[in-house]
Amino acid sequence: MENFTPITALLGGALIGLSASLLLLLNGRMAGISGIMNGLFSSPIKEEVWRGLFLFGLILGAFIFQSFSESGIPLRQNYPLWAIIIGGFLVGFGTRMGSGCTSGHGICGISNFSIRSITATMTFMASGMITVYLLKHVTGLLS
Amino acid sequence: MKNNLVALASGILFGLGLALSQMMNPNKVLNFLDISGNWDPSLAFVMIGALGVGILSFRIILKRPAPVLDDAFHVSKKIHIDKPLVIGSALFGIGWGMTGYCPGPAFASLGLFSMEAAIMVISIYAGFFSHRLLSNK
Repeated sequence: MENFTPITALLGGALIGLSASLLLLLNGRMAGISGIMNGLFSSPIKEEVWRGLFLFGLILGAFIFQSFSESGIPLRQNYPLWAIIIGGFLVGFGTRMGSGCTSGHGICGISNFSIRSITATMTFMASGMITVYLLKHVTGLLS
Repeated sequence: MKNNLVALASGILFGLGLALSQMMNPNKVLNFLDISGNWDPSLAFVMIGALGVGILSFRIILKRPAPVLDDAFHVSKKIHIDKPLVIGSALFGIGWGMTGYCPGPAFASLGLFSMEAAIMVISIYAGFFSHRLLSNK
């Protein structure tokens, strides 16, 4: 339980909720990042512009935070490349097959009381926890 | 035009939220998923914060006939739980547990000039395009 940071987690979460609410109220869009990322290269130009700007904002928000915060977000060093490449592929493939990720299902979908999103969120939470357990404590491949 | 400004502002807020909550620290995410080890429950509080705002505001917003700047809400009306939903989400969870990155934090981490996140984003797009190729058959 060391490094437990409930206050910044709650505040950061509230900002994410506020962002999703703004996008829904004004533009009628769900802030599902995997869908927005995917749509960047598969939509008519008009549809791609807002997605590109949202994603640019995402990067800009992180950059602004990193520039002004004292502690900042630590950059991980020397994490195995094979895990990033295979894991990244599975994140991309899985979020398209399952129609959403942590933001689209976990935040927007559950906020909309969608049974599909509640099912998806419980599934990826569980499989994420099992994966960490297997990789860290059973095989020791990633520790 | 206004829609685009809204998208930019919403993206900035989202990025600030991901950074402040430390969802962008992949080791912290892995510690959240590591329930049998040195468990860090902080990220459950990210969900509580986001859902606290979202559940309340989505109720009010979706009572409107349409959003402020568009003709209709673009919200999925699917209700059936099917195999792709469950299998896809399970695969996503495996990738999340292998890396500590879900799509939002991975993309936002490009703003930290993280090489690891850049490789992650490219790999995610490889997954997107593979799925598109397979499902177009």
